[in-house]
Amino acid sequence: MTEFLLILIIALAVYGFVLNKSKANALSEVNIMHSQPHYHGLYSAFMTLVPAIILLISWSFIVNIITNITLKEFFSDVTDSGLVRFYTDGVIAYVEGSSDRIIDHVGFLPAVEHYQSLQYNNKILQFIVVLTLTLMFFRYSLKFVEVQFKARDYIEKVVVFVMRASAIFAIFVTIGIVMSLLFETLRFFDSVNVFDFLFGLHWSPQMAIRADQVGSSGSFGAVPVFTGTLLIAFIAMAVAAPIGMFSAIYLSQYASDKVRNYAKPIIEILAGIPTVVYGFFAVITVAPFFRDMGAFLSFTNMSSESALIAGSVLGIMIIPFVASLTDDALTAVPRSLKEGSLAMGATLSETTKQVIIPASFHGIVGSFLLAFSRAIGETMIVVMAAGFAANLTFNPFDSVSTVTVQIVGLLTGDQEFDSPKTLSAFALAFVLFFITLVLNVISLTIVKRYREQYE
Amino acid sequence: MNSVSLRNKKEKRFQMYGMTAVIVAISFLGILLFNIFSTGISAFKQTYVAVNLNIPLDINKSEINPRAELNKSFLKMFPEIQSRTERRAALSLLSKGARYEFEELLDENEGKSIEGYHWFLASADLDMYIKGTVKRQGDTAGRIDENQMKFVDQLESKNLIELQSNKYLLSSADSREPEMAGIRGAIIGSLYSILIAFLVSFPLAVMAAVYLEKIASKNRFSDLIETNINNLAAVPSIVFGLLGLAIFLNFFELPRSAPLVGGLTLALMTLPTIVIAARAAIKSVPPSIEEAAIGMGASKVQTIFGFTLPLAMPGILTGTIIGIAQAIGETAPLLMIGMVAFVVDVPGGPMDASTALPVQIYLWADSPERAFTERTSAAIMVLLTFLILLNLTAIYLRKKLEKKW
Repeated sequence: MTEFLLILIIALAVYGFVLNKSKANALSEVNIMHSQPHYHGLYSAFMTLVPAIILLISWSFIVNIITNITLKEFFSDVTDSGLVRFYTDGVIAYVEGSSDRIIDHVGFLPAVEHYQSLQYNNKILQFIVVLTLTLMFFRYSLKFVEVQFKARDYIEKVVVFVMRASAIFAIFVTIGIVMSLLFETLRFFDSVNVFDFLFGLHWSPQMAIRADQVGSSGSFGAVPVFTGTLLIAFIAMAVAAPIGMFSAIYLSQYASDKVRNYAKPIIEILAGIPTVVYGFFAVITVAPFFRDMGAFLSFTNMSSESALIAGSVLGIMIIPFVASLTDDALTAVPRSLKEGSLAMGATLSETTKQVIIPASFHGIVGSFLLAFSRAIGETMIVVMAAGFAANLTFNPFDSVSTVTVQIVGLLTGDQEFDSPKTLSAFALAFVLFFITLVLNVISLTIVKRYREQYE
Repeated sequence: MNSVSLRNKKEKRFQMYGMTAVIVAISFLGILLFNIFSTGISAFKQTYVAVNLNIPLDINKSEINPRAELNKSFLKMFPEIQSRTERRAALSLLSKGARYEFEELLDENEGKSIEGYHWFLASADLDMYIKGTVKRQGDTAGRIDENQMKFVDQLESKNLIELQSNKYLLSSADSREPEMAGIRGAIIGSLYSILIAFLVSFPLAVMAAVYLEKIASKNRFSDLIETNINNLAAVPSIVFGLLGLAIFLNFFELPRSAPLVGGLTLALMTLPTIVIAARAAIKSVPPSIEEAAIGMGASKVQTIFGFTLPLAMPGILTGTIIGIAQAIGETAPLLMIGMVAFVVDVPGGPMDASTALPVQIYLWADSPERAFTERTSAAIMVLLTFLILLNLTAIYLRKKLEKKW
């Protein structure tokens, strides 16, 4: 019935468009109109469609809420809110025919009956109300085809409004991220102290199933997770910084145009390869390689999930970030500085080291910070190559865990809602979001300020 | 330091460092691709075993129990079999999927007799031995023990084992049996997600970009939106996954594991990338064209839709394709919204439970079954092919359509 209603409304809008346009067309043959005929057509179509769709969406939203509240009444003796939701979902699924499971509860059949009658009344009411209203708007929109009528202005107002709303949508995404993380994080801090979380030295989120089990309380000291993240990110930077920076220097200062035109995109391919591919590469190639190396050097206490493996593969992934951003910084240095130095007899390497790098230092630092923030937030490589056990260590041969590994581990598979274990993932994500945001703001500011210096 | 030759040596050394760095970076890419390619290429072939069938014309085919009949025919090829263990060892060389192939064969030959040798899917263990993934040690190879090896040798000496092209890999969905597992379900899931991500993020991003570039006056508010979008571009993808989990699953109660939710989450993630690219493209349209339009009496909105956007479209599309390519390879946010389930059906719509191609790669890479390794690489090859095609399109668009003003 809703589909039929939608088709009807759309047909009405199209009809309005055609009607108004042809009317305006006829008018425009003898008059000079303010708006072109198709704007008059669009005016009618908008007037028919927009209110109808707004009404339909808010209608279904309100009906949803009413349904939920009234259905819950039938299961008022059940205390577990998750179970109530399971029951109400069961009722809806049963009525809609997607399941034929009858739940063993006294309230079920009355609830089904109630929901059926609610659905039926709702559909009839919706059809009548929405259609009447749309017809009124449709009639109304037909009246305005006149020489002086500014149909275009109205249409453009709507278009600009949509554009502004799209731009503001980005802010809502950020607010959504902050809100969704913040709420769960605050709930997590109801059961775990903030300081225990930020400064505790022991991380083992596994909660006991029974309350009396030995070692039942999970501990949520996140320091080992943070140090593990930092360790892996630093190893990654140790790989990416020298390679990225030296390639940028070579490509911007030494390489011929031909080499540059080929080498730069090839290096950038590294950034386009999905991270899950790097993770697989780490597991099947890099891990055995390090194991053999370890055996060759008779170095036996290396973990198969060591920080070194994840870190070095992560490093390969962020080479292009360092390389291309450093390259931008180096090429932005005014030619006059470089040529001045060369004219004084300095070699190109001396010029690079003593003039170009100092002059682009901010940009290079900014690129390192951005790459570092990438390394911290990267998920798949560490999920596949690093371990889940969070050890407090700075030994690169040990297995460590990262923030992202913990989030994935805690939120995939079986999860009970509202347990500190699940909520701790949101707290970790909040920390991650905050840190990457700060790093990003700092590096963008540095890069921007430095760029202005030479403009 | 003072002598010129010393300085020249230093110069040479510095240049060497740079060149080495470039070569190292490129060779990393080479090693990575070579590794994936060399392990994955074998997955496009699949081991088949020939079974001598003899099903006469007069048997009503609907009365045949396909599994029992196939097993009977297979065992007839080894008249020396006595014990139950031997029988089981021989039958374990055939895949569990062989009976479905047999059923198909029966359907195709309705009303005809079936005679002679027909090829049937071999088990993953035999497949790995034939491909050389596991090496033979005496009379065993990997999970193939002495009992089974006896029959393998017999079949091989009669040329009844053959590598044929793998029709399961691209045409079926996931399966517990490695030899029957395919990526079709994952590809369809990915396509649905990407389609939804594109449909949601492209119009939103283009509208937002137009607003920021052409309509908004420079003030604090537009600055706020701008910084906001730049920062969103650097938010770790997993955080978008948590956003999707909190908003789409917990608040709007959309179904878990559905490509619809995956697509919406990816849309939020690609939005900033497309906005940034679209703004750059819009900025590069020369103001003279817009001024000419306005001078001719067009309104601002007419100028934008009539001139600015069409002229900026190649650049916008290039940026969009790059953003979409990123989204295709993204795994972490999809894990958060539950697209990691084991799904054996090819999804029929965006609301059906499904995985995506990168998630399938993650699932297979995680599987303890060794036979999945080559299939993981093969799936990666398919994914990379998609990405290469997308990027080539982007490069083509940039080269052919973008005008230099």
